[in-house]
Amino acid sequence: MNLQRRDFFKVLSAGVITATTSRSAQARPTFKQPPDAVGLLYDATLCIGCKACEVGCKTRNEKPNVHSEIEEYFGVSGVWDDSRDLDSATMNKIKVYKNGTAAVKDREIDGFSFVKRACMHCFDPDCQSACPTSALIKDPVKGYVTYDKDACCGCRYCQVACQYLIPKFEYHKALPELVKCEMCNHILEEGGITGCAEWCPTGATIYGKLDDLMAEARKRLELKPGDRYSFSVHTVDSDEKKSRPVEKYIDHIYGEKEGGGAQYIMLSAVPFQKLGLPEMPETSGASKSETLQHTLYKGLIGPIILLGGMVVATYRSTKKHQTDE
Amino acid sequence: MESKPLGGKIFTKPFKILMVFGIIGVILILKRYFLGLGSVSNLNDGYPWGMWIVYDVVTGTAIACGGYAMAMLIYIFNKGEYHPLIRSALMAGMFGYTLAGVSIYIDTGRWWNLQNIFLPGTANPNSIMFEVAVCVALYVAVMWIEFSPAFFEGKEQHKGKLKLLNKVMFFFIALGILLPTLHQSSLGSLMIIAGQKVSPLWQTNWLPLLYLITAITMGYAIVVFESLFSSIGLKRPLETSMLSKLAGVIPKLLIVYFVFRFGDLIYRGALGHIFDIDLKSFMFILENLLYIYPVVILFSAAKRKNPKYLFLSAVSMLLAGVLYRFNTYLVGFNPGNGYVYFPSFSEIMITVGIIAIEIMAYLVFVKTLPVLPQVKHAQ
Repeated sequence: MNLQRRDFFKVLSAGVITATTSRSAQARPTFKQPPDAVGLLYDATLCIGCKACEVGCKTRNEKPNVHSEIEEYFGVSGVWDDSRDLDSATMNKIKVYKNGTAAVKDREIDGFSFVKRACMHCFDPDCQSACPTSALIKDPVKGYVTYDKDACCGCRYCQVACQYLIPKFEYHKALPELVKCEMCNHILEEGGITGCAEWCPTGATIYGKLDDLMAEARKRLELKPGDRYSFSVHTVDSDEKKSRPVEKYIDHIYGEKEGGGAQYIMLSAVPFQKLGLPEMPETSGASKSETLQHTLYKGLIGPIILLGGMVVATYRSTKKHQTDE
Repeated sequence: MESKPLGGKIFTKPFKILMVFGIIGVILILKRYFLGLGSVSNLNDGYPWGMWIVYDVVTGTAIACGGYAMAMLIYIFNKGEYHPLIRSALMAGMFGYTLAGVSIYIDTGRWWNLQNIFLPGTANPNSIMFEVAVCVALYVAVMWIEFSPAFFEGKEQHKGKLKLLNKVMFFFIALGILLPTLHQSSLGSLMIIAGQKVSPLWQTNWLPLLYLITAITMGYAIVVFESLFSSIGLKRPLETSMLSKLAGVIPKLLIVYFVFRFGDLIYRGALGHIFDIDLKSFMFILENLLYIYPVVILFSAAKRKNPKYLFLSAVSMLLAGVLYRFNTYLVGFNPGNGYVYFPSFSEIMITVGIIAIEIMAYLVFVKTLPVLPQVKHAQ
């Protein structure tokens, strides 16, 4: 009996050593920017809260209007959309930050600001790592994160994983689907731009190559508050410009480093956490989770050694039990 | 010692009461299929996993670890003397896991696509969920194979099958020990990707180890609990001496658990959150008091031999494991943005219905199949 127990521990420790010594080689880094990444730049200081982007989003993605509880209570419904947050019919949402008297826009104290919430299209999406059926896939070239309903089993692990609370699920349908911004990739493929950027009248949301958007964002952070600047409308390289005074930006591009980087980046004059955006580490949750899993399961060596040891031990002890009887 | 069917009437009064709960559960499950998850549950975009995943799957399979924990003791550590306990433990495990599998079909929104988890074109081995799904599915099959001799024993026409089964059984027993080791730890790893949503009191890279240890101790606790409970309920003699010896394993494992649990909390500097004086800190303290009780009681040989203390410490151990899982997945889980979750009445009734069906199946099996050890008369 003692001999077997010793054997078992030998096998077990072999498994543990294999698993732990390969740790450094196995660490799964946070993925980097895709080669031909496209993206969106949202500048909260240019946003007037008109929600045209929401209309553009719903039009392009054929999503119905949401009606409020008040409308439902009185049995009326406006022709307008009354969603209060991102939901299973709303993949793009303008939200508002208010403080004190809310007298002045783009001011933290006694001011207000808008923020446009939508999928960040992370370089290393946690949702993609979590999804057991590969229903959420990041395009390897352009980098938008798309959803395939024919693959999805509706387990909602993506919702658990996403730190931005982006994937939404149709909880009130018999045959539900997941809903998230897919960066209008069906329009992009035809040479168009995203619904939100196309509808935005002020240039608050612009579409373009991520490198160009990042360069533009950096440039804006260098501008002197109060000076006039010509802001592109719809796309980063657009000829259509709108000139207006520059606000005092927070010196941070949200999405540049958050979770390892994202393809939806933002500028604001109010701290991002005040706008409801999470403070994020510079590595992805996916890299942490996969490093652990790949360490334990590398080439299935650990589990196979463990199984081998168990087969030997159980074979011996079942034989012994049988001879005992 | 041979196992033997208990015999006796199946449709007893308690059985009929269980049937009522079972039927209510089934009706609500049907409602869910026609009107959606939201029609019977409070699940929402912030709390996509509620009662069903956390109780039926994450906790239910840990409670169902009796067969696994016993197999490890009997076959790996070669403690043959516990053999009489294995079959009922295995059967309870089999039901627990099977019903966890059923719950997955209730909880997943697009259940008709579940096979995509296993298909080469869509499977995603990077997902912890993939590992859990594969291991749990395999383990359910393995447990039914391990249990299958009970269907054939004592029947002349099945002698050949039984012989063949017994010849290859060692391999399935080995698999039956490997698979829970893998997926019970992965049930902890699942929450690592939830990152900051999980309170620092529970979020740690040690989740897999902590979940594995507590699943094993819950396994021993449920064997003790079930054995004492069925002895009283089915009017059989108490198996105290064997159970007290078995329960002695629990505090040793829990000491290892405490070293890692609190070592990690101190290392990460998260221990201070105990004094936050909120629901989370209260639940953390309660959870750990429930873990400490069996350690204190079961280390004492005298108390361990007392059926009352044995029973109470098993219950405490089970509640500790249950609370640990609810705390990681729900109490300590805060997605932010104002989302709240508490299970709805229908949601709870579905889980109650599933448990009722599980107990009904247990009763039918122990009465008609050789599961429980034969009682020796006239000693």
